[in-house]
Amino acid sequence: MSIWEYANPVRFIQTTDRLMPYLAISAILFTAVGLVWGFFFTPDDFRQGSTVKIIYLHVPSALMAINGWLMMLVTSLIWIVRRHHVSALAARAAAPVGAVMTVIALVTGALWGQPMWGTWWVWDPRLTSFLILFLFYLGYIALWEAVEDPDTAADLTSILCLVGSVFAILSRYAVNFWNQGLHQGASVMRAGALAGDTEERVSNVFAVPLFVSMAGFTLLFIALVFLRTQTEIRARRTRALLARQGGA
Amino acid sequence: MTALLIRDLRLAMRAGGGFGLALAFFLIVIVLVPFGVGPEPELLGRIAPGVLWVGALLACLLSLDRIFALDWEDGTLDLVATAPVPMEATVAIKAIAHWVTTGLPLVVAAPLFGVMLNLAPGGYLWITVSLAVGTPALSVIGAFGAALTVGIKRGGLLLSLIVLPLYVPTLIFGAEVARRGAEGLPTDTPLALLAGITLGSVALLPFAGAAVLRVALR
Repeated sequence: MSIWEYANPVRFIQTTDRLMPYLAISAILFTAVGLVWGFFFTPDDFRQGSTVKIIYLHVPSALMAINGWLMMLVTSLIWIVRRHHVSALAARAAAPVGAVMTVIALVTGALWGQPMWGTWWVWDPRLTSFLILFLFYLGYIALWEAVEDPDTAADLTSILCLVGSVFAILSRYAVNFWNQGLHQGASVMRAGALAGDTEERVSNVFAVPLFVSMAGFTLLFIALVFLRTQTEIRARRTRALLARQGGA
Repeated sequence: MTALLIRDLRLAMRAGGGFGLALAFFLIVIVLVPFGVGPEPELLGRIAPGVLWVGALLACLLSLDRIFALDWEDGTLDLVATAPVPMEATVAIKAIAHWVTTGLPLVVAAPLFGVMLNLAPGGYLWITVSLAVGTPALSVIGAFGAALTVGIKRGGLLLSLIVLPLYVPTLIFGAEVARRGAEGLPTDTPLALLAGITLGSVALLPFAGAAVLRVALR
């Protein structure tokens, strides 16, 4: 029994089908609880007022935007090394979800920035690197769409993903060098906070619903990627069937 | 390998549009900027390093799809692939040819165009240095992008969409060198980082480019 058994498309669909109801329900549950708790049952920040509550959308979507790309990197590597089709299709399935998460993070950030910083957009390192990440997502998706042969497309996009990851990280630190920003530093997952120093971090009143919401977004991302991967597998089967009919 | 390089250079020169087109495009971008932002000399002087860099980058982009597309269409690329030259070397040579025909003229022309944008006196040396160090990275990243999109019909737009985000770090450090140079500040740090990006890209991207070319030729 090894994890590679799930690389078999049939096995993958069977397993994810069985997991899907639990995943979907818990994704909805966690997201709803996190957001409702965050929006209606946390006190206002003494300086930011109720605008602070957009954090329950902003942080989880930003988290999934980055982790989505990471997941594509891992599945691309698996495709290059072991050539499992499910892996390549999972990378393809994750890209639009990650791109949407990036847009959510950018838009909620702009909505939050307007009252707080007095501007919708500044060329702050974090904002800029997110915009660049979004462009990387767009290029990746466009390349998938442009290549007709699925295996060729998988090869090309996975190499683009590897090269793109290197350049995305380079850009991340290059923009740091280029401009100092308004965006606050990490305050949820700081080293001191994880060691239990309560002075160092966001108070539990805010942090707990935030973690619930982050878990919800993570589950939502996994559920969507599973669903989209299934669709990709079935679409490819349909293609194969049609090609066989056309050939006969 | 030398033969391939000479062939590419000769083709670029004779077919027209190789040398001249990128330069003319660069000139037009530089001319358009004052129309867009107004003719005040102080403002132009302040944005000159960045405008020169963005202009050079766009001019570089313009000729990227020629790197492999023509050879792909007439089958030369298949012959080159079967020749006893490793694919990595082919990609590197194509990038060198692109740099000689596009990057080098831009490096030479940039100080001249700087005059038109009222570049500060200290900036002329540094815009030349930064472009000389940075444009090889633009060429080799572009060669990778061109290899990636070679088999795609009407891949030009897609090529820009893929390559431009990859150009971001080079642009940031290159323009920073030019800006600091123009303001008389020390340029060591961004110049070292720019050189690092160029050397890293030149060392690694030919392998990625060769990998995608092999896929395209399969």
